[in-house]
Amino acid sequence: MKTSHVKSTAITPESIEAAGAVAPLAVAEYAVGLGDDALILAQRLGEWIANAPELEEDVALGNIGLDQLGHARSLLTYAASAWGKTEDDLAYFRTEPEFRNRQLFELPNGDFAQTIARQFIASVYFVSLYRALEGSADPTLAAIAAKAVKEVDYHLDHSVQWLLRLGLGTEVSHERMQRGLDAMWPFTGELFSPDPLAVGLEGIAVDPETLREQFDATTARWIAEAGLTIPAAPSVRGGGRGGSHTEYLGPLLAELQVLARAHPGATW
Amino acid sequence: MADGTSVDDEAGAARFAQLLADEQRVEPTDWMPEGYRKTLVRQISQHAHSEIIGMQPEGNWITRAPSLKRKAILMAKVQDEAGHGLYLYSAAQTLGTDRDTMFEQLITGKAKYSSIFNYTTPTWADMGSIGWLVDGAAICNQVPLCRASYGPYARAMVRICKEESFHQRQGFEILLTLMRGTEEQRAMAQESVNRWYAPALMMFGPPDDDSPNSKQSMAWNIKRFSNDDLRQRFVDMLVPQAEILGVTLPDPAIKWNEERGHYDFGDLDWAEFHEVLAGRGPANSIRVARRRQAHEDGAWVREAARAYADARADERLAS
Ligand SMILES: [Fe+2]
Ligand SMILES: [Fe+2]
Repeated sequence: MKTSHVKSTAITPESIEAAGAVAPLAVAEYAVGLGDDALILAQRLGEWIANAPELEEDVALGNIGLDQLGHARSLLTYAASAWGKTEDDLAYFRTEPEFRNRQLFELPNGDFAQTIARQFIASVYFVSLYRALEGSADPTLAAIAAKAVKEVDYHLDHSVQWLLRLGLGTEVSHERMQRGLDAMWPFTGELFSPDPLAVGLEGIAVDPETLREQFDATTARWIAEAGLTIPAAPSVRGGGRGGSHTEYLGPLLAELQVLARAHPGATW
Repeated sequence: MADGTSVDDEAGAARFAQLLADEQRVEPTDWMPEGYRKTLVRQISQHAHSEIIGMQPEGNWITRAPSLKRKAILMAKVQDEAGHGLYLYSAAQTLGTDRDTMFEQLITGKAKYSSIFNYTTPTWADMGSIGWLVDGAAICNQVPLCRASYGPYARAMVRICKEESFHQRQGFEILLTLMRGTEEQRAMAQESVNRWYAPALMMFGPPDDDSPNSKQSMAWNIKRFSNDDLRQRFVDMLVPQAEILGVTLPDPAIKWNEERGHYDFGDLDWAEFHEVLAGRGPANSIRVARRRQAHEDGAWVREAARAYADARADERLAS
């Protein structure tokens, strides 16, 4: 049932901390962006647990959320080292405009089809992102990516299976799946717009524009196979990497941070 | 005969009795008395339902867990409980009742599940108390069931108990961290233990002289110790652990009894137990309604998955 195919020697937040590697400032800023993407998506997926259409999906969405949370923890732990901070300092004590996630990840779950649409887009993106990042000149980023890539491969498989089931299942599911894609699609453009946090990190960061072609080809293939249509809606402005967010992020953070902020300095 | 056997079943019945006498396992294809089958289906499905409903009180804190590490541990735990539910439904299915039927009984409020999950989790410390006390009581209840006479049940319990003991340690660790923390955190831990202690003790069921079905279940080797014996074991385990934690168990009658070699403890408020059992606990209606809502909201998803699988099967036949 557990999806993790990763050896126990794979990198963890604890091993990053123990190794004592300090991220160069620019690398840290870049890692915050990636870490926030994973954290915010994990938070959304956590909302499904005990609410999924069947028990197997409680488990599957939980697994995907847990993997994403693992990526977030590694990336934020590494990033935090640049400022002598911890993953929790970054997750719990930054304000909304200080979050650097792309907007796609903060969008509400909607119905199951909308969640699958978001997860499908995210997974196609993550697979090519982490594959490219495996070759990063920064060894910690490369190791985090090497672990993540195997996991997001499974996430992609999961969402493709559901894209096909819902796209080809019944009239109702087809319509809902299309609506889900329509709702999420305007947020795909932002994933490939220049990442202000990647500037000056040649060989270390991934230039998101280089991932676009692969994304377009992969999504087009599966969307067609599922009998669905690529939405024509224009991309929203985006700007998550610069701290601009939809109105959905604030309430999400309020929930995520509420207890930690009520007890500043406490250990849990 | 009372348990539904007939002359034709005699050979099967003799073999069944021999299996029990030899402490051997009964397997799905073996002959078994109808009462044994029914009791098992009821017991295993109730246990499965408890795992599923038990996801909710802890799921309540996933989005608010106060550190990312705790969030990850809690997500994994709640997911484990879903996994336990799934193994147990599979074990019950080997007795001829399908999962959809059992699940339907749960979401229509016809099936029982452990009353403990009808209590609410207003504070983070409840994640510690549930792990320490509720998973702890579950372990005391379930470890003996690893030797239950019905094979699929016993094997499921082996797997589940391993994870439950992990959960208990994690719960203990949450409380320990709180007790070593700020004054507010210590108060949060104590207040939570105060609320969960008695309900956890009631998880073993009513006192033995008030537990009509226990005797037959013990004869069938699907219950290995009496409710009161298990409760005593649990208290004996808790007292030293509470000392390490630095929490006070909310029962002034707890005292080591040299003669018995056990801790004495006070009477429980069984009226409260029966209130919650009767549906008048803090969250009874919410728990079932929530699972039912998820099930109903997901109907179109399951229908789509079925239609898709059927269409693919047809395609394979046609080609
Ligand atoms: Fe469990
Ligand atoms: Fe558990």
